[in-house]
Amino acid sequence: MGSRVVVTGLGVVAPNGVGIPAFLAALKNGSSGVKYMPKYQELNFNCQVCGMPEFELSDLESYLSEVALYGLRGSTIGYAVKAAADAWLDAGNTLNNEELLWETGCVFGNSVADTEAMKRIIEFVDAKQARKLGSRIVEQLMNSGATAYISGLLGLGNRVITNSAACATGSQAVLMGYEYIKHGTTTRMVVGSNEYVDPYIFGAFDSMRILARKFNHAPQQASRPMSATAGGFVPGSGAGALVLEDLEFALSRNANIYAEVLGGETNSGGQRGGGTMTSPNPEGVVSCIKNALKNAGVEGKDIDLISGHLPATAADKMEIENWAASLNRYGDDFPLTNSVKSMIGHCLSAAGSIEIVALILQIMHKFVHPNINLEDPNPEIAKIVSLERLPTKCISKDIKIAAKANFGFGDVNTCLVFSKYEKNG
Amino acid sequence: MKKMDRQVILNELKKVLVPYTLNKEALNNINEQTDLIKDLKINSANLVDIIIDAENQYHIEIDMDSAERISNVGNCIDVIIEKMGSPN
Repeated sequence: MGSRVVVTGLGVVAPNGVGIPAFLAALKNGSSGVKYMPKYQELNFNCQVCGMPEFELSDLESYLSEVALYGLRGSTIGYAVKAAADAWLDAGNTLNNEELLWETGCVFGNSVADTEAMKRIIEFVDAKQARKLGSRIVEQLMNSGATAYISGLLGLGNRVITNSAACATGSQAVLMGYEYIKHGTTTRMVVGSNEYVDPYIFGAFDSMRILARKFNHAPQQASRPMSATAGGFVPGSGAGALVLEDLEFALSRNANIYAEVLGGETNSGGQRGGGTMTSPNPEGVVSCIKNALKNAGVEGKDIDLISGHLPATAADKMEIENWAASLNRYGDDFPLTNSVKSMIGHCLSAAGSIEIVALILQIMHKFVHPNINLEDPNPEIAKIVSLERLPTKCISKDIKIAAKANFGFGDVNTCLVFSKYEKNG
Repeated sequence: MKKMDRQVILNELKKVLVPYTLNKEALNNINEQTDLIKDLKINSANLVDIIIDAENQYHIEIDMDSAERISNVGNCIDVIIEKMGSPN
């Protein structure tokens, strides 16, 4: 029942590559985008490395009008506009039309709104200068700032929604966009997520003692998912965006079809059964993955590739256990599995969308990107799955069906299933 | 305070207005009757920013009642001259 939903456009602002060609090359080469931040040493952070994209607001000159760009201060909206506009262009569309697209909507999410805007407000108000803040600050303070800029730039007239589900935000945005098309509410959706981890957000995470602190001298080795020396995650910033559309609509406009979204699930473990604010209830995760497969009409044995959440914390082992239990596949039978975070760190709300862009690129270009920094696999993980299933080199592979999951604070889970596009699928 | 020539202020205002209008030709040809919203297509919400920029440029403070009088280039110059003349 319902229509088929396909991916027709991609855009990305990632720590190891801005724009699809650069990101694709970085994924194949296993290039790290994690950098040492001298300022974080000054600030006495335990972790002094992060994934930061090479991006300036002036990069938006070809997308936003001079008037719109003047007064835009924050990186997080900038990342979102760049990724979404690139995805839109990649799907064969144009910018700066007067048209209003009633059939197209947007779901884009973030964890924290623009902290550069917030900092400015705090400084001005404390200096009794609120009247000098001007008219452009509120739009950047809003969590919906990114969707407001994107929908205005593209002229979107259908559902325009900002979602937030911590580290599950990006994949949840993609799932919501898929569901609106599947249910016939919209024909086309721009979906994705954005995050800018500034020193304030970074400091808050640093205080939780869940960040990698032992590789400040070797930043590119700091993000080590599934390794014995995985000692916490490396925060990252960026944005990912996809254009999803109804298959018939895509075919009618002769769009390039990159992949198909088969289905997914988002749920919560309810912070019960071992789940807490910061760690997932395994039963919730297994239920999420199993329902995603069911909704997608596939079985565990069909999965060729898992793009894990795998942030390089103590939770990695539990995640592998949950995947194995959900798919009922262990040892040599476990699907090939990788973590984009090994190269870019954990981009929080942006993680899901950037990682889904990576997954679609692997389906399109028939490869599995390496897990970098996995020289010393966690022996507890090696007891569950064969290490050969966790590639450390880029391998060629025709991926038919792939699964993606992200898990967030608050015990929220999202899992999606994608496939290669087959005409008679 | 030395009284500035209206034309000098108009030329300086032209520079202040650059980032707020895409209609550069109209901006080049402004006169005292040019309406900021109708002729220069400036978003009415951005008038606040133009006032803040003018305040910074002339080291003056334009109170909200005076700001409400601003709709075209001429009354913008009036307000600037008035505030420059008032002690603050």
